[in-house]
Amino acid sequence: MGFPDRIERTVELAHPPGKVWAALTTAEGLASWFGQQATIDLRPGGPASMKWDHGHTADMRVERVEEPRVFGFTWHIYGLPDDDPRRTYVEFTLEPAGAGTRLTVVESGFSQLPEDAHNQAFEGNTRGWASELGELADYLDAA
Amino acid sequence: MPPDVEAIAEQVFAALADPSRRAILAALASGGPATATDLAGRLPITRQAIAKHLALLGETGLVTAEPGERRRVRYRLRSAPMQVAQQFLAALARDWDGPLGALKDHLDREPGGPATTLLPETRAQQG
Repeated sequence: MGFPDRIERTVELAHPPGKVWAALTTAEGLASWFGQQATIDLRPGGPASMKWDHGHTADMRVERVEEPRVFGFTWHIYGLPDDDPRRTYVEFTLEPAGAGTRLTVVESGFSQLPEDAHNQAFEGNTRGWASELGELADYLDAA
Repeated sequence: MPPDVEAIAEQVFAALADPSRRAILAALASGGPATATDLAGRLPITRQAIAKHLALLGETGLVTAEPGERRRVRYRLRSAPMQVAQQFLAALARDWDGPLGALKDHLDREPGGPATTLLPETRAQQG
């Protein structure tokens, strides 16, 4: 409900799709507007990365390559531990618009369930017990 | 039924909205597992209030109780619900407007602009 799963933006660019495609899918292109350094192996399953001068890095995996219309990758959810398997999917869609390009970016997967959701539900029961026993022990200790 | 992310995030933010609970969670995060008595010694909160808050935090899965020394129960911070709340914050903190603005500027700045950049490519294909 209040949890946004999907973020979507559309921008009109005064440049043809081929040029926008190069800016999105080449190391040189990515490094000139997104990261400060970039690498990319442009094929589904290929690794890509970006680095920023302040020290942040992003590791991506290329998922969809349909030149010059669709480019998709997944990356780690910012703020979660490095070993967390959850990733969001980012997809760029390029549509010709006059002499330029209508570029849409959709990032989705923010509200996916963690892998251990079932464990959490199970732990809920045992936790309830532990906390009740804890209250009993505290009560006895305080008496 | 597995708990949904919305409900988990809501519990985390409700817990964090209270300054005493924030202080308790912060103490457990910085100092590791502690008993209600330890926490009462460290925080300007009565032991009774701490016990009440710990019970609530335990119900919502933000802390877990474990046996400590001399029959005392120690409370440990659970990071899993916090990581769900972080997903929510990640969505709010994701800035696409900045990078897309930078993309636009980058394309406009490139030498030649859209009209003339076609020329070298055409030449390369012919050559």
